Amino acid sequence: MSTLDSTREFFRRDQVWPFLAPEQAAVNVDNQVILYVEGLNLSFDGFKALNNLNLYVNDGELRCLIGANGAGKTTLMDVITGKTQCDSGTVFFGQNHNLLNKDEAEIAQLGIGRKFQKPTVFEEQTVFDNLELSLKTDKRVLPTLFSRLTPTQIDHIDEVLKTIGLAKHRFMLAGALSHGQKQWLEIGMLLVAEPRLLLIDEPVAGMTAQETERTAELLTSLAGERTVIVVEHDMEFVRSIARTVTVLHQGSVLAEGTMDQIQSNKDVIEVYLGEEAAAGEQA
Amino acid sequence: MTRLTAWFSEGRSTGKHTLPFVVILLSVTILASAANLFLPADSIFYVSTYTITLLGKYLCYAMLALAVDIIWGYCGILSLGHGAFFALGGYAMGMYLMRQIGDRGVYGNPLLPDFMVFLDWKELPWFWLGMDQFWFAMLMAVLVPGLLAFVFGWLAFRSRVTGVYLSIMTQALTYALLLAFFRNEMGFGGNNGLTDFKEILGFNLQADSTRVALFLITAILLAVIFVVSQKILSSRLGKVVLAIRDSESRSRFIGYRTDRYKVWLFVYSAVIAGIAGALYVPQVGIINPGEFSPINSIEMVIWVAVGGRGTLIGAVIGALLVNYAKTRFTAIMPDAWLFALGAMFVLVTLYLPKGLMGLYGQLKAKRNTVMNKESQA
Ligand SMILES: Nc1ncnc2c1ncn2[C@@H]1O[C@H](COP(=O)(O)OP(=O)(O)OP(=O)(O)O)[C@@H](O)[C@H]1O
Ligand SMILES: [Mg+2]
Repeated sequence: MSTLDSTREFFRRDQVWPFLAPEQAAVNVDNQVILYVEGLNLSFDGFKALNNLNLYVNDGELRCLIGANGAGKTTLMDVITGKTQCDSGTVFFGQNHNLLNKDEAEIAQLGIGRKFQKPTVFEEQTVFDNLELSLKTDKRVLPTLFSRLTPTQIDHIDEVLKTIGLAKHRFMLAGALSHGQKQWLEIGMLLVAEPRLLLIDEPVAGMTAQETERTAELLTSLAGERTVIVVEHDMEFVRSIARTVTVLHQGSVLAEGTMDQIQSNKDVIEVYLGEEAAAGEQA
Repeated sequence: MTRLTAWFSEGRSTGKHTLPFVVILLSVTILASAANLFLPADSIFYVSTYTITLLGKYLCYAMLALAVDIIWGYCGILSLGHGAFFALGGYAMGMYLMRQIGDRGVYGNPLLPDFMVFLDWKELPWFWLGMDQFWFAMLMAVLVPGLLAFVFGWLAFRSRVTGVYLSIMTQALTYALLLAFFRNEMGFGGNNGLTDFKEILGFNLQADSTRVALFLITAILLAVIFVVSQKILSSRLGKVVLAIRDSESRSRFIGYRTDRYKVWLFVYSAVIAGIAGALYVPQVGIINPGEFSPINSIEMVIWVAVGGRGTLIGAVIGALLVNYAKTRFTAIMPDAWLFALGAMFVLVTLYLPKGLMGLYGQLKAKRNTVMNKESQA
């Protein structure tokens, strides 16, 4: 091949050089599945927190994860969001994004948002700033330095503030909010980021019955456009929102199905609902 | 409403001290300079050249404190090695000043500084080349600290070294440089460092006018750096920096590559320290490896702690006050200074965790509530 040809090849007009191509290809959900978790194993000093775990979540689904304390629900979220490295297995976001070779920030930029079990907001900053930081924007250093809030972004934040009921507290320091309000703020931080997939760990802990109801409404309204995975112990709450429920037990999936199927599943009754049912019978 | 929100979110930043600070700094500087240059020495308003130089030195320390505060107060990275960046900037300036001596040294060698002649060196080492050019030396004064900070930060922050381990590493960094610069073979004048400077850009360093000019330049640069830093820290980048300080992992989960933010902030801070060092050397007339000593870097942190970390103005006030106290104290009891410094640090940590600025804020809040009560009554 002549130099001319190779030069031509190098400067082809119909394609860009790989390092110039946009890093983030859109999430490919042609098979309707947005999250593939296969054969996941993770042990902490010999204790198997995740044990050959398989999980598939469809695009637009609202999935509830339940399981006893220590079943591995939070750990699963840690692996998906890049906080913890697993020992073996695969995690794919759509068909084209391998999450295991990405770090937390990359995964977040792909559109996976997370709400933690223990609410973590930036306490020294205002509610508004917390939301501004979470906006879906270019998060590199220089663009962040020169960024200004656009009117659309401000409207978007205002809207979210209304949704989470903190419109009156926008300039209050996040540290001064009550526990329930912090939970809401964290949900708000998820909402402004407009993620494709939301991982929500125990959203209603510390909320009043009324707030719980509103959370349930909010989460159901999100599903469809976004995919939501909720971990929750409050069975009442799960029942009110769940379409498909996955039960985790000792690091692997024990059962999966509608709430009714789950409740009549023998294994589940034995290891999880069993205690509740037994307690119910005694009462 | 939208406008209002935008205005609030941008105006709410802590920039309210910026304008008064700049005005006070520049007017004091100009008044002192004028009093030195235009008043007769027996006037009561005369400011001696010694005082001018002392003030210039304090302002360099204030700039250095700013650098430490940006990284520690705002981003939570406790660097105990900022003296290294300061000293490197100082050495770059020192090398330029050394080469300006030319053949007026003791040995009269037109090319080699005295200490090289003394060591029987025949030619200038490569890293001294170009240092006779002012612009090149000044470029090095920011580039070398910046580059060192970049490499160090890249390695440390990417492997997620934080907290006390990071502080120890920064101490080790400055200590290693201390040992290296002590060695004669390094080519930086060893133990004695660089001194006996004659002139800068052709101006006699002993002249009052040169001293005043250096003092003025220091003040102006301090003001510029203050304003620029304030701007940076009140931008969204500043909010990310605070977020990293308060919860780094949370910041990662909303999509920020926190290591990169930390590296660039560290570089920015190191460059400021380098500039401070370059301004310091012509005013005090010497740079030696002592500037790398770990205790110096710890002292800087104390200035910031006393003034109030996380507020730029606090860092400046802390540096000025502690150094004034040091000048006074060492005149009376030179040996006891370190104890006094230690005691100050303990007291501030225990009783004034937010430093003098925190105290000021508390007093103001108290006064406001009292006034509110009175107006209600
Ligand atoms: N970093 C860690 N080191 C050691 N063990 C861990 C670690 N993280 C989690 N574990 C263990 O892994 C198991 C699974 O924990 P995980 O937090 O995932 O449970 P969970 O299902 O979220 O429970 P809960 O309902 O209480 O939140 C627990 O037994 C826990 O002690
Ligand atoms: Mg959990």
